[in-house]
Amino acid sequence: MSDTAADPRLLRAPPKRGIRLSWADERFRSIIWQILVVGVVVGIVWWLVRNTAHNLEVRRIATGWGFLSREAGLPVAESLIPYSPTDTYARALMVGVLNTLKIAVVGVVVATILGTMVGIARLSKNWLLSRIAAAYIEVVRDLPLLLQLLFWYAILQGLPAPRQALHPVEGVFLSNRGLKLPWIQWQDAHSFALLGLILGIVGAVFYARSARAKQMADGQPRKVWPVAAGLVLGLPVLIWAGLGAPWQGDIPALRGFNFQGGLTITPEYFALLIGLVMYTAAFIAEIVRAGILSVAKGQWEAAEALGLQRGRILRMIVLPQALRVIVPPMTSQYLNLTKNSSLAVAIGYQDIVSISNTTLNQTGQAIEGIAIIMVVYLTISLSISLFMNWYNARIALVER
Amino acid sequence: MKPMRLSTFRALGAAALATALAAPAMAQQPAQNAATMDAVKSRGTLSCGVNTGLAGFAQPDSQGRWQGFDVEYCRALAVALFNDASKVRYVPTTAQNRFTALQSGEIDVLPRNTTATLSRDTSLGLDFPAINFYDGQGFMVKASLGVKSAKELDGATVCVQPGTTTEQNLTDWFRASNLKFTPVIIERLEELVSAYVAGRCDAYTTDVSGLAATRSAQPNPGEHVILPEVISKEPLGPSVRHGDQRWADLVRWTHNVLVAAEELGISSKNVDQAVANDQRPEAQRLLGKTGGLGQMLGVSDAWAVNVIKAVGNYGEIFEKHLTPLGIQRGPNAQWTQGGLQYSPPFR
Repeated sequence: MSDTAADPRLLRAPPKRGIRLSWADERFRSIIWQILVVGVVVGIVWWLVRNTAHNLEVRRIATGWGFLSREAGLPVAESLIPYSPTDTYARALMVGVLNTLKIAVVGVVVATILGTMVGIARLSKNWLLSRIAAAYIEVVRDLPLLLQLLFWYAILQGLPAPRQALHPVEGVFLSNRGLKLPWIQWQDAHSFALLGLILGIVGAVFYARSARAKQMADGQPRKVWPVAAGLVLGLPVLIWAGLGAPWQGDIPALRGFNFQGGLTITPEYFALLIGLVMYTAAFIAEIVRAGILSVAKGQWEAAEALGLQRGRILRMIVLPQALRVIVPPMTSQYLNLTKNSSLAVAIGYQDIVSISNTTLNQTGQAIEGIAIIMVVYLTISLSISLFMNWYNARIALVER
Repeated sequence: MKPMRLSTFRALGAAALATALAAPAMAQQPAQNAATMDAVKSRGTLSCGVNTGLAGFAQPDSQGRWQGFDVEYCRALAVALFNDASKVRYVPTTAQNRFTALQSGEIDVLPRNTTATLSRDTSLGLDFPAINFYDGQGFMVKASLGVKSAKELDGATVCVQPGTTTEQNLTDWFRASNLKFTPVIIERLEELVSAYVAGRCDAYTTDVSGLAATRSAQPNPGEHVILPEVISKEPLGPSVRHGDQRWADLVRWTHNVLVAAEELGISSKNVDQAVANDQRPEAQRLLGKTGGLGQMLGVSDAWAVNVIKAVGNYGEIFEKHLTPLGIQRGPNAQWTQGGLQYSPPFR
C-alpha cells in the first residue's frame, strides 16, 4: 500500500442532502423546534419586561438610574475608601462592593489554608488528630450557616465593654467593640514602600524562573532565596528609608465611649469571617481528603522506597497530583463562600446586599437595586471561575 | 432520539402552561390596584402589613393573637368592610420589605409605624391617607453610662435599623451637631435590640414611642434612659398604594371615625346608648342615623358604630396599648386639648 495515494473514499464528495419541507425530514423538524423554543423564550422575556414596565408606570414607582448621583445620607460603619453620608449612592454602593470583596478574598484564602490542614489531619495516622478533624467536619457541615453566624456574633458580643477591655499587650484591646490593634499613621512613603514590595515580589518570581531555566540547562542548582529575600524585603525598606523613614505610631486609646485611633476589626466582620471560614473549610477539608486519597497508594510506596519522609512525599509527590482532583470542586466552594457572604445582613456587616437593600428601600427602586446586586455577584463569581479554570488548565496533566 | 423529542414536547407544554397561568394573574394586577376595596371584599379578608414585633404597636400575645395600636387599625378596617374584626390576615413586615409588600399587592394597607415623607409619597408610589401617631426620634442609653443629653454622645456607637428615616435623621443630626458616631446597622429589630442590650452599642435610636416600647419589654426598664432630645418629626400613619382614591378614602375616614368619636365622647361602652339617645346632629351623622355617609364610602351606614363597638375610640386604643408603655398623649391629644388629632367634619 502506498502512503501517498489517498483513500479514494475520502475524495468522494459527501452525498448532497437537501432539506425537504416535510415533517418526515429530521433536519427540518429540528430547525422548526429550535425556532419555536427560541421564540417562546424571547416571548416570555419580552412579556415580562413589558409587564414590569407597565406595572411600574401604573403604580407611579420611579425608574431609572438617576438616584445613583443623589446624596445617600446612609451611614456606613466600615469602609475601605473614604466615605461620609453626604456622598452619593454610587459611592455608597462602591463601599458595599469593596466590603464584599474584603470578606470574600480574605475568606477564600483563610478557608483554603484551614481546610487543607483539616483535610490532611483527617488522614493523619494520629488517632486523636484525625478524630478531632472528623468531628469538626461533621458538626460544622451539618449546621445551617446563618445559625453559625448568629452564634459567633453572640459570642463576640459577650466580650467585655470597652472600659473593661481585655488588654493582653500594649496597644491591643479586645472588647465587644472589636479588636483594636496599633497601626502606623499612613503616609506617602508607606504607599511607595508597598509598591516596592509588589515590585520586589514580581522581580523575585522572575529571578526564580530564570534560575530554574538555567538549572534545566546545566543541571546546577542555584540558591534563589538570598536574592529573593533582598528583592522582597530590601526594596521596600530601602524606599521607605530613602523617603526619610517616617514612623508615627497610631496607638488606640480609650477616649469617651470608645477607642480612638489604631486599626479596628469589628465584631461584625470578624463573626462573618469566622463563620464563613469555619463552614467552608469543612467542605474544603473533604475535597482535599478526596484528592489525596485519589492518588494511587503505589505513589506513596514508591516514594517511601526512595527514602523520602512522609511530609515531603505529601508536599512534592501526592499534593501536586491531588490538585487535579481538588481544584474543580474547590471553585464551587469559593463561589459558595462569596455568595454566602450575603448573609452578612443578618449580623450587620454592610456588604453590597446590605447597602443595596437600604438604597432600594430609600429610593423605592427595587428592580435597579436587585439588578446591581446581581451584576456584582455575577462579576465576582465569573472572575473566580475564570481564574480557577485558568489555574486548572495550568496544573492539568500534560500528556506527551 | 425518541425520548429527547418527548422531553422537548414536555418543556414546550410546560412553558405554554406557565405563560397561560401567569398572564391573567399579572394582567389583573393594575385592575386590582384601581379597586383595592372590591378585591378585598371579594377575597373576604384584609391583608394588613404590621411590624414583626413592637410592643404596643403590633405584637402577637401569648395566644398568638396580634395586639397593638397598629393592629387596631387593621381590625377597624376589617369591621368597616365585613363587620368582623377577625377577617384580617396579618403580614409581619420588616423596615426593608414593607414598601415592596405594599407595592406588589401582597398587602392592602400598611399600618406599621411608618413615617410619611415626600419621597415615599411620590417616588415610592404610596399615599398616606391619615396620620395616626405624631412621633419624633430619640435616643435610649443605659442608665449606667451616666449620659444626660444626646449632645454628650460624641464618638458613641449607635444601633440603628437600615432603610428607615431614622437612619437618615441620625446622620443629619450628628452632622449638624458636629459630632461623630459609629453606626451598627442590623435589619431585624430583635437582633438590633439584643446588640444594644449586649453593649455592642452605646445608644439605640428610633422613634420615641419605639424606644418606650423596647424599654418596657426589658427585664429591668429602669436600667435604660430615653434622652430628652427629640431630633426629628415622625408623623406615623397607615399607607396605601398611590392611585386608588376610594380605598384611601376608607382608610382616612376610618381613622377619622376613631378621632371624632373620642371628641364627641362616644366610646365602645356607650355607643349603643348614643345610637339610641344622642341628639347631636354631628353624632347622628357619625353613627349613620342620618346623612348616608357610609354609602358614600362604599360601606354600610352602620360602619362607624361597628368600628367603635369593636375597637373603641382613638383615646381608648391609645390608653389600652400605649399608656402602659409610659407614652403620654402629648401631640396626640385631641385638638380641643391642645393636641394635633383633629377630624374633619362628618358631613
